[in-house]
Amino acid sequence: MHGLMNRSLQSFVEDVYGSARWMRVAEVARLDFTSFEAMLDYDDSVTLTVIDAATRVLRKPRADLLEDLGIYLVSHPNMARIRRLLRFGGAGFVDFLDSLDDLPDRVRLAVPDLVIPTLELAELEPDRYRLRCGATPEGMVHVILGVLRALADDYGALVFLDLADGPVDGAWTIEIAVLSTSFAEGRSFELASVI
Amino acid sequence: MSVVGMQTQALDTLLPMHVLLDRSARIIHVGPAFRRQAGTRSYMGRSALKVFAVSRPADIVDAESLLGAVGRRLHLRLLEGRGVQFRGVLVSLSEDGGALINLTLALSELSDLGGGGLTNSDFSPTDMTVDMLYLIEAKAAAMAESRRLIDRLQGAKSAAEEQAVTDMLTGLRNRRALETVLRRMLADNVPFSLCRVDLDFFKQVNDTEGHAAGDLVLEAVARALNEVTRSCDTVARVGGDEFVVLFDAMTDRTALERIGERMIEKLERPVLFEGRPCRISGSLGTAISTDYAQPEAERMMADADRALYQSKQEGRGRHTIFSPDAPLPVPQLGDLRRAAT
Repeated sequence: MHGLMNRSLQSFVEDVYGSARWMRVAEVARLDFTSFEAMLDYDDSVTLTVIDAATRVLRKPRADLLEDLGIYLVSHPNMARIRRLLRFGGAGFVDFLDSLDDLPDRVRLAVPDLVIPTLELAELEPDRYRLRCGATPEGMVHVILGVLRALADDYGALVFLDLADGPVDGAWTIEIAVLSTSFAEGRSFELASVI
Repeated sequence: MSVVGMQTQALDTLLPMHVLLDRSARIIHVGPAFRRQAGTRSYMGRSALKVFAVSRPADIVDAESLLGAVGRRLHLRLLEGRGVQFRGVLVSLSEDGGALINLTLALSELSDLGGGGLTNSDFSPTDMTVDMLYLIEAKAAAMAESRRLIDRLQGAKSAAEEQAVTDMLTGLRNRRALETVLRRMLADNVPFSLCRVDLDFFKQVNDTEGHAAGDLVLEAVARALNEVTRSCDTVARVGGDEFVVLFDAMTDRTALERIGERMIEKLERPVLFEGRPCRISGSLGTAISTDYAQPEAERMMADADRALYQSKQEGRGRHTIFSPDAPLPVPQLGDLRRAAT
């Protein structure tokens, strides 16, 4: 798994629970280092071991932990860059949903060797969508769910998200109902803002 | 199909940052993105050349030449307020003699989009500008992360070098390793001799044949010192052409003298560099731990130094063993340096 993913997981534990807890996670996972390098690759099994260790150290179910990670990626000040890069997807939440098909390509533009699952959005009826996440590394769909929740909030939209039972053939489905696109103020986004 | 027939609303959608000119090059309409970019500047009804400075092509000096610059790459700059720069292209609207200039921000404005507060919706969905911005940010982030990684690796490398005990060029021990061994020998109270080796004529080799020859000679010196010592001895390079040998459990003067002779003999074997022989020699000074009631590292180093100085004084290529009964004169630093060259 790409170092960026592992590093995000580490930053999440450090920023939300403190570095002592992260050290404990690294210990339980029996890592022979204490910090992931964002620009290096790691074996997938390392990531899975760290996630397992985190669920034990933080006493949190795996799905909740990963969803919190997704929320953290969009909403934590330390991750402002990721939020900004995602907000380039569109001016409003619906625009953003429409741009999800492009997201894997967009991610590849930024980090050529970072692979994220294919995302296919289908509009079932006005304001109801179904997002199909192609074969994902285990647990990734929960992270995506968290990212979507936090982004809806970021745009000021009121949205219901529901993870359908799955996976079916390795793919997960997220049902999305947009109840209001201007439910709250939303956070501002300047294209040209320099961070 | 003529552009004039097109609704301005359609134009605004397709080309959000366009400017429409009449036959005398006065601005009669602008797209929404240009409107936002212009902000409080006045432009409507004014001559385009009063609103923009055209820096290229150079032959655009009046309305006529501007309207005639069809299809050419234009470089424009707002005259009022911040001189935001654009790239543009002009087409004629033949029906009324007017023209349309489509604009895009110059690359130099990308960092803050000209400061006009443009948003996603100011760009046509087919315009790649926003994707460029995304890329610029993403690449900057990736670059920053790479730089941090390089810095960390650099730090790790320095730390490793600091902890290193080997001299990179010769593979001998370095000064740190020597100090560690010396400290341990003194603490364990084992008898030993400390021999300082200073190369003679090494500077000449370096000066006349260059550093590559010098390095070759140093490697030969390392081999020579290893050949005449045992594996239990410690051979260290402590300076450019200075070496120290610790002879473990060897305090016999006759034996030390014999080893010193062999050492000098080996050092004097010429080293071939590009077919030319490089000749050096070595001066030796030795202090023996059993000569002291309480041997100390600094004292023994200093005494070996004085013995070495004596060797240099006596004409180089010699070995002097320090004797506490017949102390040698204390050399001044300047003398030692002169003697070494």
